[in-house]
Amino acid sequence: MSSTQTSRRTQAGTTEPAWVKWTLIALALSFIFLFLILPLAAVFTEALRKGFGAYLDALQEPDAWTAIRLTLITAAIAVPLNLVFGVAAAWAIAKFEFRGKAFLTTLVDLPFSVSPVVAGLVYVLLFGAHGWIGPWLQAHDIKIVFAVPGIVLATVFVTFPFIARELIPLMQAQGTEEEQAAMVLGANGWQIFWHVTLPNIKWGLVYGVILCNARAMGEFGAVSVVSGHIRGQTNTMPLHVEILYNEYQSVAAFAVASLLALLAVLTLLIKSAVEWQFERDQKAAALLPPENPGR
Amino acid sequence: MTAATLSELPPASGRKAQRKRPTRRVLPGFNLTLGYTILYLSLIVLIPLSALVFKTFTLSWEQFWAAVSSPRVMASYQLTFGASFIAALVNVFFGLLVAWVLVRYPFPGKKVIDALVDLPFALPTAVAGIALTALLAGNGWVGQVLEPQGIKLAFNRNGIVIALIFIGLPFVVRTVQPVLEDAEKELEEAATCLGATRWQTFRYVIFPTIAPALLTGFAMAFARAIGEYGSVIFIAGNMPMISEITPLIIIGKLEQYDYAGATAVAVVMLVISFVLLLLINALQAWQRRRAGASS
Repeated sequence: MSSTQTSRRTQAGTTEPAWVKWTLIALALSFIFLFLILPLAAVFTEALRKGFGAYLDALQEPDAWTAIRLTLITAAIAVPLNLVFGVAAAWAIAKFEFRGKAFLTTLVDLPFSVSPVVAGLVYVLLFGAHGWIGPWLQAHDIKIVFAVPGIVLATVFVTFPFIARELIPLMQAQGTEEEQAAMVLGANGWQIFWHVTLPNIKWGLVYGVILCNARAMGEFGAVSVVSGHIRGQTNTMPLHVEILYNEYQSVAAFAVASLLALLAVLTLLIKSAVEWQFERDQKAAALLPPENPGR
Repeated sequence: MTAATLSELPPASGRKAQRKRPTRRVLPGFNLTLGYTILYLSLIVLIPLSALVFKTFTLSWEQFWAAVSSPRVMASYQLTFGASFIAALVNVFFGLLVAWVLVRYPFPGKKVIDALVDLPFALPTAVAGIALTALLAGNGWVGQVLEPQGIKLAFNRNGIVIALIFIGLPFVVRTVQPVLEDAEKELEEAATCLGATRWQTFRYVIFPTIAPALLTGFAMAFARAIGEYGSVIFIAGNMPMISEITPLIIIGKLEQYDYAGATAVAVVMLVISFVLLLLINALQAWQRRRAGASS
């Protein structure tokens, strides 16, 4: 009896009165509803405004298909490139001590803080007709800007830090003990990576890859600068959305946009599932008997 | 972080030698991964960005100054910074509210809301832009309620702020949330035992703990908002001197083949984003020190 009373009193000391609590919840939920749920719902209602048939027709346009294909190709190149980089950078930064490490980590983050428009511009300055190596490229009939390679490069730039950023703190927290143990047991570098490190970082890796992919498929500003907007050739899905929208083809624009919104929802679902798995793994690991009580 | 890397362990010869002797790297792959990291970073990020800076050296100081300080460009800085500042401030308030509600109160649908907070990271900016425009325009769900009251939220500066609030929301929530989760309830109980009201406990015990995280979230949302392009241009109206953001100025100059002018403005933005990145890093270091000191 007395114990329930004391616990209730401490409870009252660290929570708010019910009316404060429910007001705060209501405020937060209204904000989420207005700023996140309504825009998401608007995409789908606008896409279906003229019925499901019109929606499907809009998606069957050849230009829409080229845009979808180009977006998939871009992501299929950009994500693996940044995946390899992310793993390499995380290995070097998290497993070793060296001078300038903090500075290197800052540089890896740099593309996040550069405006996408500026990111696109730098490639135009390098590879464009008036750019540094533009004339040479033209002489050899290589097109980078206003063509697919430029779109891929700009996408690689804006998605550059995603996977490295996920992996560096994760691998730093895990330390190097397990890898060293594997080495003592005679494993070589690849064996250590495949059998020791990779299983430890797999959820962080999946997490980084899906976020990187979402951004790669959805990038607008940087790609818009380098693409040249050649319809049916250098339009990615977001650029195609812009063109349709500016031509007042609202249903078609929102139909393509709805595919991107579905991608976003799918990304959030996978992300939540990964977080859930990760927490479960952590809890399972915490239940194991401690191997090193000194830690 | 307690996990000691091997290089941190004192060598057998004693502690003093530890600092001077180059650390021995036991795990394989250091040269390979660091080399690849630096090579890839240079090719994708550093060389292109330095091309931007070198391009400005082809301008005389007067030309540069004229390009970055013309009245139209000045008006765009004012708008970009002002709108980003207001949006980040709103995000600090609502971000804290959402994080607080998610950490402290159980309510139905909490997991869905938690996952949804990342929507602005996953939803392509162009899709967010047209969705918000569709909502807030005169015939949209929100617009048709507000416009008869004389409140116009689309195609003017209000729209820019709203788009930037959308873009920046996850930054504040996701930086404050873990700090609130780790905050020790014992401190709050102690404050209550000493006679503090709930508000006093929040003001003097909880707030100082989360203040560094709030400031970091603010800086991140602000930095992201300054460079934002895709979600803003659809809703802004893009009137020169009134609702034209700085990234759009760069695009406009590029479309008129004014590469030098575009580069000059881009360099100003690049310098600002680099300063903000360093500031955010310093804030995060401060936050970690604070967290380390309190535990």
